[in-house]
Amino acid sequence: MSTTPALAAVGISKSFRAVQALKDVSIELHHGRVTALLGDNGAGKSTMVKCLAGIYQPDAGSIFVEGTEHRINSSRHARELGIETVHQALSVIDPLDVAENLFLNREKTRGGWLGERIGLLDKRRMREECAATLSGLDIRIPSLRRSVGSLSGGQRQAVAIGRAVAWGQKIVLLDEPAAALGVEQTQRVLDLIANMRDQGVAVLLITHNMDRVLAVCDQAIVLYQGRKCAEVDVPDVTKDDLVSFITGARGTG
Amino acid sequence: MTRRSIQRQASTGLPSPVEAWIDRYRHDGGLRRFVVYFAFALILATFSIILHDDGFLSSSNLLNIGRQAAPIAVMAVGMAFALAAGEIDLSVGSVVALSSLVAAEMVGNHGFLVGLLAALGASVLVGLVNGLITVKVRIPSFLVTLGMLGIISGIARNWNDLQSLPIRNDRFSGLFGAGGLGPVSSLLIWIIVVGGLGHIALHHLRWGRHVLSTGADRDAANAVGINTARVKISALVASATAAGFAGVLLAGRLSIGRHDLGEDYLLTVIAAVVIGGTNLFGGRASVIGAVTGALIMAMLNNGLILMGLEVADQRIARGVIIILAVALSMREAKES
Ligand SMILES: Nc1ncnc2c1ncn2[C@@H]1O[C@H](COP(=O)(O)OP(=O)(O)OP(=O)(O)O)[C@@H](O)[C@H]1O
Ligand SMILES: [Mg+2]
Repeated sequence: MSTTPALAAVGISKSFRAVQALKDVSIELHHGRVTALLGDNGAGKSTMVKCLAGIYQPDAGSIFVEGTEHRINSSRHARELGIETVHQALSVIDPLDVAENLFLNREKTRGGWLGERIGLLDKRRMREECAATLSGLDIRIPSLRRSVGSLSGGQRQAVAIGRAVAWGQKIVLLDEPAAALGVEQTQRVLDLIANMRDQGVAVLLITHNMDRVLAVCDQAIVLYQGRKCAEVDVPDVTKDDLVSFITGARGTG
Repeated sequence: MTRRSIQRQASTGLPSPVEAWIDRYRHDGGLRRFVVYFAFALILATFSIILHDDGFLSSSNLLNIGRQAAPIAVMAVGMAFALAAGEIDLSVGSVVALSSLVAAEMVGNHGFLVGLLAALGASVLVGLVNGLITVKVRIPSFLVTLGMLGIISGIARNWNDLQSLPIRNDRFSGLFGAGGLGPVSSLLIWIIVVGGLGHIALHHLRWGRHVLSTGADRDAANAVGINTARVKISALVASATAAGFAGVLLAGRLSIGRHDLGEDYLLTVIAAVVIGGTNLFGGRASVIGAVTGALIMAMLNNGLILMGLEVADQRIARGVIIILAVALSMREAKES
């Protein structure tokens, strides 16, 4: 691709004491493209996402957003740079309700300047906007006032995805977003991803389901024991190819 | 039920407020959330009957209960935030004493406002140190605040050689304990003010939501960019400040500052908060529940005295009641 990547990570390494989770891995995400990040359990996918989302600091390597290098030192920083993430652990807050989760740390306030200073919540507006956003995304939740902890696993996941999609204008990282979803909801998430792609968002999708990769991804990067072992354009490969990369039977170098 | 409400929701957008409330009520703990209020009514009714001849319901006795409850309620509101954030503050009793002494020291020469601000300022400082050590040095707050309890009570004992410091300022005493609005004791007004502010802070301020988020799941809160370290520090500051204000209320009512004020409040305060529906381990809190819990504790205390128990027996009874009550409310919490 000739255009500047929305996000480029170059030579990322990260270890946890004795475990080297990532070894010199580079990835590029482009506007309007969906990139799959594949690999077996423990291959380092979530670690990569956490490095990009500001949760981990890589031991080596650099990260460029729209061509500019940034040391992403916190989740807040990543969000400010336009990187929105659904982590494997979801990051929804059980005792808060759906609307509160959607607006968590981006709360709408009322009462003018003073209300903004003290953080006086405009709950009504947040609920209304939340309802509009989720229905616009065709995500259905029984009640926005219900605490997220009382929702089903798939519904919680839908809230997390809704939040990332709603705020993710530039770069969206999805770490197994459909793991707990039923057939219909999964299809809806794939539609959402296609939608974001059409709107020019750069999407990174982690999944263990090869059909989903073939369905929505333009490009796939495969990790094997912390190293990048393959980087391919999805139209050029078959499911079997991907599986053999993932199991380490074969690589493109 | 769920399927139907999904469909209804899908067709109308937002459910009606009543529907929403019923839905939430059925899924989020239901009646269990109101246990503390039932308990309050039950204890009130029981004492009204069995202690009727001892004057339990007399207006002077009820007022007395309210006065007893005030410092506990104020401390409970602060403690609710510390617990909600996933921390605990064991230093609150000593902060009460410190605050009363600072107030007594300052009010005499500089007037009531300076006295108040100095007392609160000292308390904020203690909370800040508690919070900073907990977060930056990563020592569990129960250890930090236990150490702080020792330090502050030592300072308080040295302050005036174990002697009480008199407060001779009618305005201070009137505002913070001895006076009132007509027949309503100022202490009752302070319970309502502090409880109301706490409730608003928990439910209607960004800060309250962040405190709850931090205590519920710190990693998740971090992942959305909440500065959880700062949130935890602020929650410990809130708890210390509330304890400081409780110290002002005690100093006002008794017109003294003394090293042992608030000394044995800690267990009572924690019991009040937990009975009120706040999770001892973070992520769930109720300010109104904490205030109600404080009223329950004060009522029990008063009832035991009216029953004619010796001080030693009162202590035993109180300990048993607290453990039972907390055990019950924790079991309720686990089930919901
Ligand atoms: N916080 C941590 N502390 C220690 N080791 C870690 C930590 N996070 C990840 N690891 C290790 O790093 C390696 C990569 O983990 P990672 O979570 O990135 O895998 P993954 O590819 O996301 O796997 P999965 O498909 O199971 O989610 C694993 O060996 C894991 O044990
Ligand atoms: Mg993972």
